[in-house]
Amino acid sequence: MGIVIRLLLPLLVLLPLFVEATPWNSPYPKGETADNTLFSAFSSPPKHLDPLLSYSSNEWAILSQIYEPPLQYHYLKRPYTLEPLTLTEMPRITYLDAHGKQVDANSSAVAFSEYHLELRSDIYYQNHPAFVKDTTGQLRYGHLSVEALEGIESVEDFAQMATRRLVAEDYAYAIKRMAVRQNHSPILDSMQAYIVGLERFSEAITQIAHAKRALGEVLDLRGYAIEGVKVEDERHLSVRIKGRYPQFLYWLSMNFFAPIPWEADCFYQQAGLIAKNLTLDSWPVGTGAYYLVTHNPSQTLRLRANPNFHSAYYPTLTPQEAEQMGIPTTMLTDGGKRLPFIQEVVYTLEKERIPLWSKFLQGYYDASAVSAESFNQAVSISASGRMGLSASMRQQGITLKSAIEPSIFYLAFNMADPVVGGYTPQARKLRQAISIAQDQEEYISIFMNERGIPAQGPLPAGIFGHLAGKEGTNPIVYRWEGGRRVRRTLEEAKRLLAEAGYPEGISAKSGKPLTLYYDTTSTGADGRALMDWRRKQFAKLGIVLVIRTSDYNRFQEKVRQGTTQLFSWGWNADYPDPENFLFLLYGGNATIDTNGTGINSSNYKNPQFDRLFEQMKRMPNSPKRLAIIRQMLDIVRADAPWVWGVHPKSLTLTHRWYHNLLPHAMANNTLKYRRIDASLRVTKQTEWNPPVLLPLLLLLLVVLLGLRWLYRSYEKREQSTLQGDH
Amino acid sequence: MKLTLLWSDILIWSLFVVVVVWGAWLARVEQVRGIWHRIFRSAVAMASATILLFYLLVALLDSVHFRLAVASSDAQATRHYHAQMQTPLDRLLLHTIEQSERTYSAPFATQEYTRSIVVDPTGKTTQRYLPLVHVGSGEDIVSRSLIALLWGLGIAGGMIGLHLLWGRGREATPLPWWSAYLTFGVLVVLMVWLYSLSHSYHVFGTDKVGGDIFYQSLKSIRTGVLIGVLTTLIMLPLALILGVSAGLFGGWVDDAIQYLYTTLSSIPSVLLIAGGVLVMGVMMDNNPQWFETTQERSDLRLLFLVGILGLTSWTGLCRLIRAETLKLSQLDFVTAAKAFGVGRWGIMRRHIIPNLMHIILISVVLDFSGLVLTEALLSYVGVGVDPTMYSWGNMINQARLEMAQEPMVWWSLLCAFVFMFLLVLSANLFSDRVQKVLDPRNKV
Amino acid sequence: MIGYIIRRILYAIPILIGVNLITFILFFMINSPDDMARAQLGAKQVTPELIASWKAERGYDRPLFFNETVEGIAQVGDTLFVQESLKLFLFEFGLSDSHRDIGADIQRRMAPSLAIALPTFLIALLTNISLALLLVLFRGSVFDTTMMVVAVMIMSISGLFYIIIGQLLLSKLWHWVPISGYQSGWEGVKFVLLPILIGVVAGIGSGVRWYRSIFLEQIHQDYIRTARAKGLSELRVLFWHLLPNGMLPILTGVVVVIPSLFMGSLVMESFFGIPGLGSYTIDAINAQDFAIVKAMVFLGSVLYIVGLILTDISYTLFDPRVSLS
Repeated sequence: MGIVIRLLLPLLVLLPLFVEATPWNSPYPKGETADNTLFSAFSSPPKHLDPLLSYSSNEWAILSQIYEPPLQYHYLKRPYTLEPLTLTEMPRITYLDAHGKQVDANSSAVAFSEYHLELRSDIYYQNHPAFVKDTTGQLRYGHLSVEALEGIESVEDFAQMATRRLVAEDYAYAIKRMAVRQNHSPILDSMQAYIVGLERFSEAITQIAHAKRALGEVLDLRGYAIEGVKVEDERHLSVRIKGRYPQFLYWLSMNFFAPIPWEADCFYQQAGLIAKNLTLDSWPVGTGAYYLVTHNPSQTLRLRANPNFHSAYYPTLTPQEAEQMGIPTTMLTDGGKRLPFIQEVVYTLEKERIPLWSKFLQGYYDASAVSAESFNQAVSISASGRMGLSASMRQQGITLKSAIEPSIFYLAFNMADPVVGGYTPQARKLRQAISIAQDQEEYISIFMNERGIPAQGPLPAGIFGHLAGKEGTNPIVYRWEGGRRVRRTLEEAKRLLAEAGYPEGISAKSGKPLTLYYDTTSTGADGRALMDWRRKQFAKLGIVLVIRTSDYNRFQEKVRQGTTQLFSWGWNADYPDPENFLFLLYGGNATIDTNGTGINSSNYKNPQFDRLFEQMKRMPNSPKRLAIIRQMLDIVRADAPWVWGVHPKSLTLTHRWYHNLLPHAMANNTLKYRRIDASLRVTKQTEWNPPVLLPLLLLLLVVLLGLRWLYRSYEKREQSTLQGDH
Repeated sequence: MKLTLLWSDILIWSLFVVVVVWGAWLARVEQVRGIWHRIFRSAVAMASATILLFYLLVALLDSVHFRLAVASSDAQATRHYHAQMQTPLDRLLLHTIEQSERTYSAPFATQEYTRSIVVDPTGKTTQRYLPLVHVGSGEDIVSRSLIALLWGLGIAGGMIGLHLLWGRGREATPLPWWSAYLTFGVLVVLMVWLYSLSHSYHVFGTDKVGGDIFYQSLKSIRTGVLIGVLTTLIMLPLALILGVSAGLFGGWVDDAIQYLYTTLSSIPSVLLIAGGVLVMGVMMDNNPQWFETTQERSDLRLLFLVGILGLTSWTGLCRLIRAETLKLSQLDFVTAAKAFGVGRWGIMRRHIIPNLMHIILISVVLDFSGLVLTEALLSYVGVGVDPTMYSWGNMINQARLEMAQEPMVWWSLLCAFVFMFLLVLSANLFSDRVQKVLDPRNKV
Repeated sequence: MIGYIIRRILYAIPILIGVNLITFILFFMINSPDDMARAQLGAKQVTPELIASWKAERGYDRPLFFNETVEGIAQVGDTLFVQESLKLFLFEFGLSDSHRDIGADIQRRMAPSLAIALPTFLIALLTNISLALLLVLFRGSVFDTTMMVVAVMIMSISGLFYIIIGQLLLSKLWHWVPISGYQSGWEGVKFVLLPILIGVVAGIGSGVRWYRSIFLEQIHQDYIRTARAKGLSELRVLFWHLLPNGMLPILTGVVVVIPSLFMGSLVMESFFGIPGLGSYTIDAINAQDFAIVKAMVFLGSVLYIVGLILTDISYTLFDPRVSLS
């Protein structure tokens, strides 16, 4: 025992030294959490950081801090409202007839609408090597040799950097870049339907790009022009649109329309840079509040405040306005202050939800979403049904923000399928019966931990046309009883099923049990539970559900070819307009008719619905539009091409040192409004993460005792063998 | 009732029959009997063999699929059958399938594990633990356990007694039967206890959608055993035929076979398996006519997986067999046989293959445990058995998220762990013993 | 010697071609270039023109094995298989489907993989050998048998359990190390401690058993008896005589895995968020990035073959009985 104590004593003396220092489990370099830095995470490496290509929310979360399209959403105002970002005012719209003559906005002769944009004059790009020019005005780094590239691993490694003022041509350049087929813009085809001359330009420029690429030449788009996009001078730009399309303003707030400086485009076309993964797709060049300093998609992304950022201030609201819009007053304290607040943002790759949550609780991430696993730990429900924080979270000083996302997850029927599809009364009743049997409330309770709302139709809350209460209830699936929505009973569903020709789930015609096929990709950790649940819902009606799992590509292909019967799908709004949801059901977009490009993957085609859609599509929000939308909803609810699933609710938790986080379903460039208190963070992190040393000491003790025992018995053995020998 | 055997059912049963018949035939040879006697002279081997037999029994019970007829009032109509296939094991555990709950509940719990939002008729919202639907009051656990214990002891004692009776009068074998009896007794008592309580409780808790974990753990046995056993079925003939031909014939045959297995074994096996599994997914998607139900589909996927595992794992054994064959063919009695004009096939049958038996047996038992573990790993990578199938890999994969729940959902991970651990441990211990007895280097 | 090595390397070439052929068939059956294009271009709005241009840009529009549109040798040469394989042999892995240079990515990700795999390998070797020696020292005692049973138990537990439990205890409850993440340099040690520990513990069962059996084989040899007869203490016998002789089969046995250490560990890296080649591979499998998987398969096979050659060489260097024929 003596030897053990002698060995352990020095360790015990040293212990306090370890404990006093920074927590052992900090995943960041020493001292970094004391800086004015925000710590966030990304779950999968961004595939694209080129505003032309990027079309996913996790990429936009980063990209929108860097690039600035002409418009943005007001951070605080509800409902979501657009405001100028790089413009002096909202675009001025003029209406033209077929001959290009200006006409009144309400005139039936309107053939084109023209958007006039006026740029602010004080906007400069981030510092970037592409802007460095020699005395003749040529790009200094435009023709880099292999030797010149030695030692250059990131854009930050160039000796010289420069900036340039934002000009109208940069916005036109972005649209021209979109037109080049080789760039694979995801919105080119839909934009060709709106922007005048884009289609013709696209064909021509694609040929030119092809030829240039074959020769290895750089394609500089400044020499070409689109008919409908006119650069009037350095600060003025106009875009001509076919007919009326009020939603175009929303497009102007999306990153596809962010400015691209020609210098950057040409700079990044150099083969030497591409070989080093230095491309516009990985190193953005923008005018936004932040710029990218580290791009290591397998580990970290780091943004830093842009020193050239134009003047921008935290928005102000009067307390009355705030109350009306449901904005907490804590969001108003920084009103009028210069943006941005946070100096640096570190995004760490965190593929699994579990470490993300644990690190948030340990204080190493400043904010976290509430996942299904952490829900019970984080959230408690009050008697009035409101979600609040659990006691342990409140004790940690965490705050909860919740918002309904403009998304829908649904179970789609393939309307072209002979069994579940079709528009006969029987087919309709079969779908209605199935719709009633899918207990979405239970789904939300089990799989989403109440983080969702059962959908009553395609439109989520916050979108024009969505109605609450009895008016917004889907009468096919629900009854309105005592001021609440009550799901229709299983008996009603069974009756409908019998009327559809399948009493007790057995075909009246053939006597065989009804068997349906459900396609899914889910192989994740929750996959089995989800499938079991789904099967149970159909079994309630006596229907046998065969589940076909396949990888994502294969699944998409099946949906495209229309060979599915039932499948789960979802949609996330591009912009807060009902058109962006209802077009998912428009017959003209049916996937099987459009060679797989259409967005209407359940292939729903109802002439009446389609006619109303075309009418509603180009209308501004008005009571008349609402009436049409309600009519459309009635049609589509009776046809039941989808089992209206769930509108997810996002719950965000923030630590007490993190301020000004307000969930905004549309805006992504909101980092500049956020503020943190780094010294408080450091205190709390140390407080929350004391290493538990007892197990370590016990382990050491056991090992030492064990060794001592072994040594003793060895000695004994040696002695006995020695004695035995003699 | 209509018997609808799956392909894997047919394979495992025919393998079982072949092994039994072959075993009976071999048992006549004195030398082979001696070897097995030596193996079973260890108490550990006896105990692990008992456990292995238990697993095998469950797997076999779960490998007879049939469909029940649709109840129809009209006796004249053609009979139709439920699409859902069942096995004797399912029938035994029917109550656990039917008594599914809404969501998580802990072992022996009487209420759900997490709170749910409840709106009462007055419109007040509360968050509380809902009671489970299919459980007893919780007060009768002890009394029922005691009864079950007595039953278990009775059954175990009776069967052991019967065996003793049967063994009496025959020549006394020096085998440590007490170890097998003990293991058997513990197993029987445990299973009887769990089974009888499973009627009124969820003895191992329930999963996210209220499925009974006891049922799932038992169903997973089939998957684990099948992967271990059937893979060997594919790998063994390949390794044996190719290995022996390479060693015996030499020349270009040897070169070609060596080339084949070096190439295959140089590809990282997980990548090769992942690729193979993805390919088979495509094939199954393109040929939906191969299967009618989810079960047939997952069965086919299991077979494909087994096939791919077999294709990637024969190389090691093949190399051993080739080396051993080379060594054997240099030995005196083989050269003598050659000189006497015995043909190559004769040599192979009479001299080579019997002398390879120990290598084959050792590697079969050893690979078995490795394959059971591999299944779990592949499920994590996402290329394991069908996600609709009950398997320990799928259980563990799901448990990853459950461990992060607060409070933690630990029972399904623990069950998967215990069931898997027991199987692999007994397989490992048994293979140890086999190795000790058969490996010529260990001859003492 | 040099001639022997060259012969071995030449022998590796047909194997590499075979490897290429297998993976090529596999991945083009799973994933036709059309599928790849769709996966890469995103789900929202994809047109056939987009797919065609994407394929043409990468040369994926060539026929697979035989090109009928051209004459002569190009009929075989101007095909997807030959073009792709040729590039691999020059270690030009090209661009991944997300437009990143695979070669650069692999280079960057090797270090984190090694930071885990190499210490795990070395520490495991050291612990396993010392434990095995300890068991040999106490052979036949209760300690020996208990430890052997423990070793079998350790072997019988799936590696996933060690990771799940290790993360739960050491990171979440005891706050010893970060849960996941990676950092290069000395400050990054705290990130790799737990993965290394788990790697060592998970491998201890099989390792100790194997080394123990190797040592036990030696212990009945004459030289050990002679040493004992000289009256040396058992410890001396173990360290001066048994260890050096036992190291020979151990070293030649483990040489084959050394090059493969570069490939990293698939599961460990993705659980701990380590940006190594293992997680790179898993991500590529999930994203069905044909180019990366192909590159990794090729790399893995090359490293394995290098390991085989090293094994051969080490045999000839250390074992006088094997000649260089």
